[in-house]
Amino acid sequence: MVAGGSVTGSAADRKPPHKIATMLRSQMRNIAPFLTLICLSGFFAAASPSFATLDNVGNILTQVSVTGIIAVGLTFVILCAEIDLSIASIANVTGIAVAYFTLQESYVNIANVPLPGWAAILLALALCALLGLVNALGLTVIGIPSFIMTLAMMQIAAGISALLVRGQIAYKVPDLIVTLGSSSIGGIPWIVIVAALMLLGGHLVLTYTRFGRYVYMVGGNREAAEFSGLNVKLILGSVMVISAVCSGVGGMLGVAHFGSAQQNEFDTYLLDSIAAVVVGGTSLFGGRGGIGNTIVGLFVLGVLNNGLDHVNIDSFLKILIRGLILLAALVINVYAQRLRARAVE
Amino acid sequence: MPQGRSPILELDQITKAFGGVEALRGVDFALYAGEIHGLVGENGAGKSTLMKIIAGVHPEFSGRFVLDGRETRFRSVRDARAAGIAMVHQELSVAPDLSVAENVFLGAQPTNRFGLVQWRRMAREAGEQLARFGIDVDPFSRLGDLPIGLQQLIEIARVLFSGARIIILDEPTSALSPPEVERLFATLRRLREEGTGIVFISHFIEDILRVSDTVTVFRNGRKVADAQVADTSKAALIEAMIGKGREALEETYTDDIPLPPPSDRPVVLKASQLSLARSLRDVSFEVRSGEVLGIYGFMGCGQLELARILFGKLRPDTGALVVAGDEMAFRSTAGARRAGIAFVPESRRAMLFHQEPVYKNISISILDRISSLFLKPSRERSIAGRQVEQLQIRPAAVELDLGMLSGGNQQKVALAKWLSYPPRLLVLCEPTRGMDVGAKNDVIHIIRDLRARGLAIIVLSTEPETVLSLADRIVVLKRGAVVREFADEAISKDRLLEAA
Repeated sequence: MVAGGSVTGSAADRKPPHKIATMLRSQMRNIAPFLTLICLSGFFAAASPSFATLDNVGNILTQVSVTGIIAVGLTFVILCAEIDLSIASIANVTGIAVAYFTLQESYVNIANVPLPGWAAILLALALCALLGLVNALGLTVIGIPSFIMTLAMMQIAAGISALLVRGQIAYKVPDLIVTLGSSSIGGIPWIVIVAALMLLGGHLVLTYTRFGRYVYMVGGNREAAEFSGLNVKLILGSVMVISAVCSGVGGMLGVAHFGSAQQNEFDTYLLDSIAAVVVGGTSLFGGRGGIGNTIVGLFVLGVLNNGLDHVNIDSFLKILIRGLILLAALVINVYAQRLRARAVE
Repeated sequence: MPQGRSPILELDQITKAFGGVEALRGVDFALYAGEIHGLVGENGAGKSTLMKIIAGVHPEFSGRFVLDGRETRFRSVRDARAAGIAMVHQELSVAPDLSVAENVFLGAQPTNRFGLVQWRRMAREAGEQLARFGIDVDPFSRLGDLPIGLQQLIEIARVLFSGARIIILDEPTSALSPPEVERLFATLRRLREEGTGIVFISHFIEDILRVSDTVTVFRNGRKVADAQVADTSKAALIEAMIGKGREALEETYTDDIPLPPPSDRPVVLKASQLSLARSLRDVSFEVRSGEVLGIYGFMGCGQLELARILFGKLRPDTGALVVAGDEMAFRSTAGARRAGIAFVPESRRAMLFHQEPVYKNISISILDRISSLFLKPSRERSIAGRQVEQLQIRPAAVELDLGMLSGGNQQKVALAKWLSYPPRLLVLCEPTRGMDVGAKNDVIHIIRDLRARGLAIIVLSTEPETVLSLADRIVVLKRGAVVREFADEAISKDRLLEAA
């Protein structure tokens, strides 16, 4: 035995005095959002008899589905300590693209290109993957920070949307998309099932695959990941493509869910998705969090949005209240980060 | 000297724990004005923790903290600064994108009465201060463009000339060349005459003995000895540090060390004519299987850049690298890893994941060999467990977050991650920097063991002892060029220093 080892060894082998406190501290990131969710649910259940009903739970699930699908990919991006501001625009353009390649009613004045349903879906998916690839190349090959790169992509995707629909509204999308977006099976909306499956898939990838581990490591310490011989650029590029494809799927199902495809349809989903991921406790600095956190974050947002409709308050005040509650959640996020850092130190 | 006066700073029964691990246990400490107080102790002994408490980095601790006879409690580094306490941390903490002058005046830029920064005055004063310290550099140049050693000197200068009356230096000399160390010591002595209280932490006991008045020894979170430097010796301090007489561990390398005759084993890596902008010029060398090539040079001689070229992080302007007969493309670190090259950078922070458990740190570089699409956590843990046992990493718990380990043990983890599937070539930057005698010795044994197993190893260091204790051949780098190669001859520390 050598001196250096034995010194630290005996210091750490002794029983830590506050084991539970330390554990709670280090788990604060996961506990805080969950407590927020319970408090909000409790409050709305007490404030309105119509809130805590099975029907309303179904409503909430449906309401968060599109956000949930988009947030799966965004979780990967944020875990890598990057950001994707183009998610809502890519969702929008993908939804519009799938409608563009579908035969519309004669009164819809869009110069579209009708194709079989499968072809329309594949083309739309290819489009969002391509836009994600552009993000990926800008970030990794050229070296544009993701914040700026995806800000540009937000405009580019919005521009393509505008050119495709030219201010018009399209209504028809392929049957498969209609089914997944707006019908139910056994009382459960397909869109909820798709969202659940994608969240589950994201969780499995992040937790049990090599790629998922790399995502966490790149987010935790990018330099160390590079010096460990990981292909950091490939991982960063992949998460940008994953994010765009998830957004595209969310966009297609969203169009079917809303019943129309038009410009600016998904604008609110950018902030909602980022909020869901971050409120859930995934660190904006990367390396901490996951799909489980995103799910909790989705429910916090869903309960908040839905609950505010059940209580009788000024609808203009609701926007402010939402903002304040999100702020509170973010404050908790930052403090949880600090507490953990202290516990690990 | 201190006797008969009251200390400016007095700590009483300080205890501090991190996540249940006690780093300091009931430590008393006193610092007098006009005193240089040396602190020694192995890694994890609590020196840095105590100093961070004094500098306001750790506001939570138990015990009494008395400054100028009054009990005080700092809530932050700002509080400590305001009370005249400044610290140079072990890890570089500068703003690389700001100019030299801005770094020197960080947080205290001279302003005119409208609150605007007086740039010319700031540059002039920064230049003067640095010149007093023997640094000749354009105050407007970007700090990040300077060599690391110079950056560290500038950071030290900033603290020394900040007007603080208590100055804490944590391992300030580890990145400095001998003449730079001399200048630092001269400045410390001058500050001592002016009545500043200085705490000086170092692993170089000779340095402590040369410059300090008083010395305190830490072991295992406790203060185990304090003495006037005049009344103690290196052997006594080492004995107090590690608990028993182990001075034999640290060789002095003043005598000649014979380097072995050239080996005829296969060449693993051949570098020819590597050049990189201002850092490297026509650097050529080769390293064979079962051989340790030492690359020695002062800070800023281009060895950091050279190491990064070998691991595919930097692309040289010209030159070629041939690994086991195949030319390397210099495209990425992933490519270098696939070619069988392993790399441990000079900073542990750049290598390890502090918030992840030990086993994930160890498995990260071999995940593609031990798992395909899906992870195999049990396999990762068993492999990590074996490494922890072989390298005697303490505490021996693969689930523990890496940040809970001491520096020396972290360094072992940084090595462990490459050893489950031994690479062809291991590139080590400063493998023993900032480590205590015991851990240093462990790492040296690990590296010798790897050499015996047939690895080709390149050790790049600014510490002559590190190179002398490990290398079979030594290449000396000076301002980016190879100036001397030692092989098959006897060499001593003086001759090595002379060549650099």
